[in-house]
Amino acid sequence: MDWQAFSLSLKLAAWTTVILIPIAIITARLIAWRRFAAKGFIEALVALPLVLPPTVLGYYLLTVFSRHSPLGGAYHSLFNQPLAFSFEGLLLASVIFNIPFAIQPMQRAFEAMPGELREAAWCSGLSHWQTFARIELPLAWTGVLTAVLLTFAHTLGEFGVVLMVGGNIPGETKTIAIAIYDRVQAFDDARAATMSALLLLFSFVAIGVVYFVNDRYKQRFH
Amino acid sequence: MIDTSSAFTNRDMNGKYDLRVHLEQAAPIPLKVSFDCHRGELVALVGPSGSGKSTVLRCIAGLNTPRDGQVVCNGVEWLNTDRGLNEPPQKRAVGIVFQSYALFPHLSALENVTVAMQHISADQRKSRALQLLRTVNLEGLEQRRSHQLSGGQQQRIALARALAREPSALLLDEPFSSVDQTTRRKLQRELAGLRGRMAHPIILVTHDVEEACLLADRVCILHRGQSLDIGSPAKILNSPRHKLAARLVGQMNVFEGRIIEHQAQRNVTLLRWLDYELETRHCPRFAAGSTVDWVIPPQNILLHQRVRPSRGERENPVHGTIDELVVLGEVASVTLLIDNRSDTTLTFNLPMHVVQRNRLEAQDQISVSLRAEGIHLMPRNEEDGE
Repeated sequence: MDWQAFSLSLKLAAWTTVILIPIAIITARLIAWRRFAAKGFIEALVALPLVLPPTVLGYYLLTVFSRHSPLGGAYHSLFNQPLAFSFEGLLLASVIFNIPFAIQPMQRAFEAMPGELREAAWCSGLSHWQTFARIELPLAWTGVLTAVLLTFAHTLGEFGVVLMVGGNIPGETKTIAIAIYDRVQAFDDARAATMSALLLLFSFVAIGVVYFVNDRYKQRFH
Repeated sequence: MIDTSSAFTNRDMNGKYDLRVHLEQAAPIPLKVSFDCHRGELVALVGPSGSGKSTVLRCIAGLNTPRDGQVVCNGVEWLNTDRGLNEPPQKRAVGIVFQSYALFPHLSALENVTVAMQHISADQRKSRALQLLRTVNLEGLEQRRSHQLSGGQQQRIALARALAREPSALLLDEPFSSVDQTTRRKLQRELAGLRGRMAHPIILVTHDVEEACLLADRVCILHRGQSLDIGSPAKILNSPRHKLAARLVGQMNVFEGRIIEHQAQRNVTLLRWLDYELETRHCPRFAAGSTVDWVIPPQNILLHQRVRPSRGERENPVHGTIDELVVLGEVASVTLLIDNRSDTTLTFNLPMHVVQRNRLEAQDQISVSLRAEGIHLMPRNEEDGE
C-alpha cells in the first residue's frame, strides 16, 4: 500500500472539491435559471470533459501549462517553477476535468426548483443572499452532496489526465491511480490488488450514498 | 379603445386611495391597465386566461417590470418608470398568495410563516406566527410540512405567510383555483370573514366572474391586457360599459337596437328592436335615431304564466318559440327563438316548478316580458366588437 500516493490523492480530491464547488454552484444556478444566447454553448462546454479522451484534455492542458504559453509563463515568472508536472498544475487539471461532475447534478437540482419559490421568498422580504442560504441551498442540497461525492470520487480515480500533466513524481503528482498502474507494471500484484480494492470500495460507497440520498429525498417531497 | 388613464390624475396620487396602479406597455404582453384600491377594499381583476391579470399582480409585487407605469401604495412610490424608480419585491410591502401557493417544502408550517418576518426581532416571530396560524384556523398543524397538508390547509399557510410581513397590500393570485368545490366555498367564506379585520387594500385575481362578484367590492374587467370596466359587482353585471364587457361577464342577451325617442315626462326611452318597440329607463345621452347595443340580464326576463295571466304582461311583451330547455338541477335554462328568427335568441333561467306548472317543452310558443328597469343601453363601439 502506497500511503504517500493515497494521501496525495485525498489532498488533491479535497482541494479540487473546495475550489470547484463554489464556482459550480454559481454556474449551475446561472445555467438553470437564466436564459441567454450562449446557454447551449456553455452547457456543451461543461459536458465536454465527459466525452473528451483524457489524453486530448491532457495534451491541451500541457500546451497551456508550457512556459511559452501566457498562463504557464506567468506562473513560471511568479513562482519560478513550471506548472506542468507540479501539484498545482495537477490541481488545475483536476478542477477542469471535474466540471461536469460538479455542475450537472446541481444544475438539475436548481432546475427542479419552481421559480415561484424564489419569488415567494423575495416577496416574504428575504434578500437574494437570504433566499440562497435559507431556500435555494436547503432545497438543492442533494444536488450539492451529489456534486461533492462525484467530484471527490472521480478525482481519486482519474488516471489519464493525471498521467499526461502530472507524470509520476512521488509526493507531488503520483496519485493512487498512478501508483496502481506503477505496481502492475512492476508485477507487484499484491499491492496493486490492495489499492484497487480500496478505490473500488470508496467509489462504491460514494455512488451508493448519492443514490440512497436522492431516493430518500424524492420519497419525502413527492 | 376605452381610455382609462383619465381616471388617474395627479390629485389622486396622494389622496384617499391606498393602492394605485397604472401600467402600460406594448410587448411582450400588451398592457393598458389603471385601477385603484382603497384601504380595506377588495378589488377583483377578472378576465379570461391570457388577459394579463397575473402579470398585473406581478407588476405590483415587483416581479415584473412594465415598460411604463406607476405603482403607489400608502403614498409610497414602488414603481415610477418616468423617474426610473423600481423597488425590488423585498422593499415593497406586499403579501402575495401564489396560485400554486409556493410554500417552502423543507420548512414547517410555522417556519413558512416566521421566515416572512424579517422585519421584527427573532424572539417575537414565533408568538406572532402562532397567532396568524390561529387566525387562518390552522392551530395544531404548526409542525407539519406542506406535503403533509391538504390543498385548503396549504392555501391557509400561504395566506398566513402573506400576512406575516404586515403588508401594505395583499395580492391573491387565483387562490381558490386548486382546491375542490367544497373547500373553495369554505375558504371563500373564511376570506370574507377575515376581510373585516384587514386594513390593507386587497387585490384578487380570478378568471371566475361569479367568485369575483361574490367576494369583491369592485370588479375590474381585463381583456387582452386592458382594463375595460371597473365598478361594483351589480354595475359590472347589470350595467356593463359596452358589448365586450357584457360578454366578458357572461351576459348572453346582448343585442343591437335603435333609439326611437325620449319621453322625459314618462321617464322612458323607446327602443326599436326587431319589430318591437321596447320601453327602457330614460337615457337621453343617446341621440334619437342612433344605433345602440343593449343588454338584458336574465333575471329581468319574466315568463307570462299560461295558467294565471297578470298585469305585468303589458311591460315589453316579446313572443317566441322555445328552442332549448336544459334542466340544470332545480332550474331550467331556456333558449327562446324570437319571432322564429334563427339568429336572435333570449336566454334565461326558470325554476323547475314554474316549468312543470306551465308544462313547458321545447317548440312551445311562449311570451315573456322584458323589464324596462333591467334593459341597459350601451354605446356602440365597433373596435370592441368581435
